[in-house]
Amino acid sequence: MSLTLENITKVVDGSTHLHRIDLTLQKGSFNIFLGPTLAGKTSLLRLLAGLDQPTTGQILKNGQDLSSIPVWKRNVSMVYQQFINYPHLNIFENIAFPLRRTRMDKAKIDEKVRNAARKLRIEEFLNRSPGELSGGQQQRVALARSFVKGADLLLLDEPLVNLDYKLREQLRDEFSNIFSENKDTIVIYSTTDPLEALLLGGDMMVLNEGRQLQSGPTHDVYRSPCSDEVARVFNDPPMNMIDGVVEGGRIILGQEVVVPQIKHLRDLPEGRHRFGLRANALSLFRADPDDVAIEAKVELGEINGSETFVHIRHNNVSWVVQENGVHDHSLGQRISIYFNPDYLFAFDAKGALAAVPKSGPASSSLDG
Amino acid sequence: MLGLYRFLKYSAILGWSAFVIGPFLWALSTSFKTSEGIVSGATYIPWLQYKPSLEGWGVLFRRGGQGIDIIGPYLASLTVTLSASAISLVLGTLAAYGLSRFRYKAGPIKNADITFFFISQRIMPPIVLAIPFFLMLQAIGLLDSKLGLILVYIALLMPIAVWVMVDFFNNIPIELDETAMLDGCSPVKTFFRVILPNCKPGLVVAGLFCIIFGWNDFFFAFILTFTKTQLLPVAVVSLNSSVTPWWSLSASALVSVAPLVILAFIVEKYLSRGGLAGAIK
Repeated sequence: MSLTLENITKVVDGSTHLHRIDLTLQKGSFNIFLGPTLAGKTSLLRLLAGLDQPTTGQILKNGQDLSSIPVWKRNVSMVYQQFINYPHLNIFENIAFPLRRTRMDKAKIDEKVRNAARKLRIEEFLNRSPGELSGGQQQRVALARSFVKGADLLLLDEPLVNLDYKLREQLRDEFSNIFSENKDTIVIYSTTDPLEALLLGGDMMVLNEGRQLQSGPTHDVYRSPCSDEVARVFNDPPMNMIDGVVEGGRIILGQEVVVPQIKHLRDLPEGRHRFGLRANALSLFRADPDDVAIEAKVELGEINGSETFVHIRHNNVSWVVQENGVHDHSLGQRISIYFNPDYLFAFDAKGALAAVPKSGPASSSLDG
Repeated sequence: MLGLYRFLKYSAILGWSAFVIGPFLWALSTSFKTSEGIVSGATYIPWLQYKPSLEGWGVLFRRGGQGIDIIGPYLASLTVTLSASAISLVLGTLAAYGLSRFRYKAGPIKNADITFFFISQRIMPPIVLAIPFFLMLQAIGLLDSKLGLILVYIALLMPIAVWVMVDFFNNIPIELDETAMLDGCSPVKTFFRVILPNCKPGLVVAGLFCIIFGWNDFFFAFILTFTKTQLLPVAVVSLNSSVTPWWSLSASALVSVAPLVILAFIVEKYLSRGGLAGAIK
């Protein structure tokens, strides 16, 4: 089965939620919709589910227009970020609910429900009611219900966002196992978290403000974001951006930081550009004699577990440095930060990707 | 400190309970008295202070003379109240679901206006409605009939059901409906299989309100009936205190409130559970 979106636009009360989305999804594929809140992810999922109708454009299943087929005949499953279960049914009946709507015989339903419950580790709760379970368990029930019917299209709308950090990691790890068994299902997973997208892999579409920015294999999109906008959305903290000029074989970032125009930057035409550096490409320490140093003032230091995010300001541009370990800085302190020019992204005046680094810093497992 | 708080709390609860239950007990005690139990001044405790008798209760089931036959009006009241409440609850629940889940538009009139229209029926003083109802029932020949009263009561009770249920449905996340549809339920099945079973507390509250208002209504029952049909409140009021002895009046009062008290005990667990919103996270 393939699903094709053709020129989908959604306008609600005069405001455009989705603008000209084109996308083709193949069966067995795992797809991520990545974008900040209000990017249009949920709007798009609702259109795909059939809960809403597009203002213009078509959704085609194997080339056939779906618009006249009501939701309950579409064989779609959806998991919301809130935990939605049927409060009046116990867990077994909650999971069995979609199967009971079909003509499946009882033994088969029983087997399928127990199978799904085992996979999501909620077997022992089958006789309880949803209200008696914790949030994580409730979401497992919702997930089990969505997997059990073997839908053509499985939509997961930020399913882990309301869970605590530990549970999120645990469930995410289990996802790859669960999804790999659904060979005929198109899975779409929406998230605002770039890291989550990277961990889940698959294919992706980056959305922002209702526009489709880039589509492709998740890791390729991460390595070469097609525009500065994608680079910002697909990095947390967002990619640091600075305007610069290429002239006479060197690059001047901001007003005074000079970088030699070598390696992947060699082919950049002269003129104004926008340069990007991931937070993890900036360091508080010089690692290489070729590193470029910037003098800056500390605006904020966030210590996040084993990492420190130092927000700095240099010539009216705010940057974020991501450094392993715990580092204390006082506000307003002047420090030097360093980066390797090999890690510079370059975008042309319109924001399109102009040069992409061959590799990322060693700390980034993806590019290493 | 805590001891004092507790003392005050339980004193307040006890005081209020006595205030509410006291008159009932007094009426209960009075209903078993005879004239001998009263002439010697106020008495309260049967057997000890006076000899209980069923004299007072007998009056309620006697025809002619001093007595009234309460069984006819009683059954009429039950029929009218229960039918009107049931129909109001069914129609009101369906209307409320529609108002909560679907968008209606007729010119400038939208959902909120329709909801207000229902509730506004209860804003007018009943007297305003009395004459139109009288004329309408007269026109269709249903004055002084149970059917006519049922129709009038539906008009009065359905707004209550709509009001309670719209609020209740609005508290159920629409995602629950959507999930049911995604799981293969048509909108009708979604309502009956998923939404309705999760509405029991709301239905109980709405039903209870309908029954209380219907059962206690005296005004319309008085205006719209004459001889053929008589409802309980009208019958009880027709007992004349100068002719009917106190013990019979007490008995009739107890009989009138009995169904509501019994009903309150039956549905008490739904009312006190309270966690209507908590049912769905």
